[in-house]
Amino acid sequence: MARITAGIGCSHIPVLGFAHDHKKTQEPIFKPAFDGFDWTRQWMKEDAKPDVVILVYNDHASFFDMKVIPTFAIGCGERFGICDEGFGPRPVPEVEGSPDLAWHIAQSLVLDEFDMTIVNEMDVDHGLTVPLTMMYGEVDKWPVKVIPLAVNVVTYPPPSGNRCWALGEAIARAVASFPEDLNVQVWGTGGMSHQLQGPRAGLINAEWDNRFLDGLTGDSDTLRTIQHVEYLRETGSEGIEMVMWLIMRGALGKSTRAIHRHYHVPVSNTALGHIVLEPVG
Amino acid sequence: MTAITDVAAYLAEFDDIPGTRVFTAKRARAGYHLNQFAMSLMKPENRERFKADERAYLDEWPMSEAQKQGLLDRDYNRLLDLGGNVYFLAKVFSTDGLSFVQAVSTMTGMSVEDYQAMMVAGGRSAKGARSIRDKN
Ligand SMILES: [Fe+2]
Repeated sequence: MARITAGIGCSHIPVLGFAHDHKKTQEPIFKPAFDGFDWTRQWMKEDAKPDVVILVYNDHASFFDMKVIPTFAIGCGERFGICDEGFGPRPVPEVEGSPDLAWHIAQSLVLDEFDMTIVNEMDVDHGLTVPLTMMYGEVDKWPVKVIPLAVNVVTYPPPSGNRCWALGEAIARAVASFPEDLNVQVWGTGGMSHQLQGPRAGLINAEWDNRFLDGLTGDSDTLRTIQHVEYLRETGSEGIEMVMWLIMRGALGKSTRAIHRHYHVPVSNTALGHIVLEPVG
Repeated sequence: MTAITDVAAYLAEFDDIPGTRVFTAKRARAGYHLNQFAMSLMKPENRERFKADERAYLDEWPMSEAQKQGLLDRDYNRLLDLGGNVYFLAKVFSTDGLSFVQAVSTMTGMSVEDYQAMMVAGGRSAKGARSIRDKN
């Protein structure tokens, strides 16, 4: 049986991809951000070794434009190319999919009344590739298969936090009913507090972000009731990306334990957050 | 828990957030061609054509004159008001060779240096920036 063994929360700040690709991770402005991932990289390689990651992220007007706006889209293809985000594609390996598991999850979710958009061909942007880089560093081939799960957090309304959490719960049911023995992780990416627009740009709320990280651990589910307007007021207009972390949290079941945590301000305009969670019980 | 189903009440709250234009359906409709124009700059050949004659390239898109002028002026706050979304507008400032920090700072009325210094010092505080009504 496939099983969800861990969840990871991680910001997907584009400049971290740039810093990695240009060998700048040890420069003073980037080093503190990258240092907090040393633990995770070693743990991934030596202990966790997932077969598949269900990687929850959002596209930033890279593959999806205004023509079609899926609220939840699951990538069921064999592979996913790397988007050219305006400076040529990042020099990272193509992303290998896990179509058998992805299609199983897609079917299970629809029967479970989550009406997913199924995507067979798509390129993925920094929202997906930066977390891979943070967790695996420089590789010739990603050592894991990836099921991209793209969430609309750009055009309002995005899905509610509660709905995201419930989707995570449904993903856990889907994974548990897949017959093959697979070690699966769920990653929630984006955030934490940041605002990239308007006179209020640059907003950071470390206190709120850290309360959010606290709330991901243990058996509380109060985070699922946070309304969009609270994310907007407290964490800036782009802080809404944190609803994607709740899909990851929902997939971990009733209770969790944090085995690693990292927070750093700023990385360009953004608060960087990272947490590694294990399901308890 | 009870889901929010009153669209008008949901949207009304967004207007109370200082210095922020939430990308609502209304803005998405008004800005449709503006954002799709920006998206076209993902292709190098379109960037070249835009750079060679901005006005001529803009005239190929069914945008309002105000949107075209906002783009020519790189007035990003105005473009947000006219339905632009920052992830799409990013294609415009990337074409200009500007980073997010450089472009975003122009919307704050601060110099790039002051904006960067604010970020390094921990960013803009949420205190006083949460609500126009509650002044908190
Ligand atoms: Fe993002």
